Amino acid sequence: MSVDLPAGRRRIEQLLADHQDQLIKRWAQTAKASADELTEIYEALRSAIAGDDRDLTDVRGLLAELSRSRARRGFTPSDTARAVFGLKEAVYELVETDATPDTMRGFIWFSLLMDDLGLFTFETFATAREKIIIEQTEQLLELSTPVVAIWEGILAVPLVGTLDSARTQVVMEKLLQALVDTGAEHAVIDITGVPAVDTQVAQHLLKTIVAARLMGAECVISGIRPQIAHSIVTLGIEFGDIVTKATLADALAHALRRSGVLTTERKATRIAIRAEDA
Amino acid sequence: MTAAREMPIASNGDVVLVRQYVRGVAVEMGLSLVDQTKVVTAASELARNALVYAGGGAVRVETVENGRRRGVRLTFSDEGPGIPDVDRAMTDGWSSGTGLGLGLSGSRRLVDEFDLESAPGKGTVVTVTKWGR
Repeated sequence: MSVDLPAGRRRIEQLLADHQDQLIKRWAQTAKASADELTEIYEALRSAIAGDDRDLTDVRGLLAELSRSRARRGFTPSDTARAVFGLKEAVYELVETDATPDTMRGFIWFSLLMDDLGLFTFETFATAREKIIIEQTEQLLELSTPVVAIWEGILAVPLVGTLDSARTQVVMEKLLQALVDTGAEHAVIDITGVPAVDTQVAQHLLKTIVAARLMGAECVISGIRPQIAHSIVTLGIEFGDIVTKATLADALAHALRRSGVLTTERKATRIAIRAEDA
Repeated sequence: MTAAREMPIASNGDVVLVRQYVRGVAVEMGLSLVDQTKVVTAASELARNALVYAGGGAVRVETVENGRRRGVRLTFSDEGPGIPDVDRAMTDGWSSGTGLGLGLSGSRRLVDEFDLESAPGKGTVVTVTKWGR
């Protein structure tokens, strides 16, 4: 539907110009926003409508700002869109008293314009949200793959959650860099927090370990729970000569013995950690 | 009882969602911890196959009942290139890609019932069932 009759449009322009203060006051009431904020948008809208090219860039910019600031203050996108629609209501109240066909056509045109702008704030909100989510995913990737030194010459990499290609890449890079930085000769990769080990996860683990070996470090995989061991055997994955241990404590004891810190064969106290939820 | 649910497999994120949902259903069906992990691993394997080799697909997760026993049935379907030689694809250590070559054969061992239908150009449908003890 395209309603863009010059007469009606001019009528609305006239209304917006004549009753600016009244409209903004009414708009501020329905939109629950400050009049200052709205005046800026109102003026941008007026000059956009008056211009021949109908360039709404300024209005969109201001609305995007409004949408973002409201999102930060915890408003829902519907609230923001409704705030924009508030102007329609204010204008309608004026139009009602002067219901000529031209004015009504003009109002419908104006109404479509405001609908578009309302939807635009919605889009801005969604885009801003998506951006935050992407940033958080990246942060999580960084945060969730720490490499910690648990003893002189022994590093630990506790893995929690899903191990996909992107994660593995980060883990591998961080581990290899840490091996160079610390000169460690042992690394323990703990998979207590990995809910399921399938062939892809296993392959990623194997690659990481081979890469660490190339750099002269010996890797131990720890945190293999009974059900994971069951699945690995059934799948037919072979870890070859890679040392695997049930708990991080066992792996640490193994690494300590290998590095000559621990010489007795005394059984270390065992600490079992359970993490079931995917 | 949980109703059957169709889930899309279009990204790595979807594989994670499938895994989580299958775990939830397996817990509800009273599968033991080992069996839960097995069916979840098989789901992960088959979903990733659909994603990697067929560019995506869908899975139908449903609960099944057979007298006393309850279980989970998963039907993975894709419209990818299909598997030209099913026998070879089911062999341990053989992979047309860069994987370990254990996905299909390993999945068959992880579940109780395994059915694979595929023809070149026709896509692939894999149906697996895991029963509680």
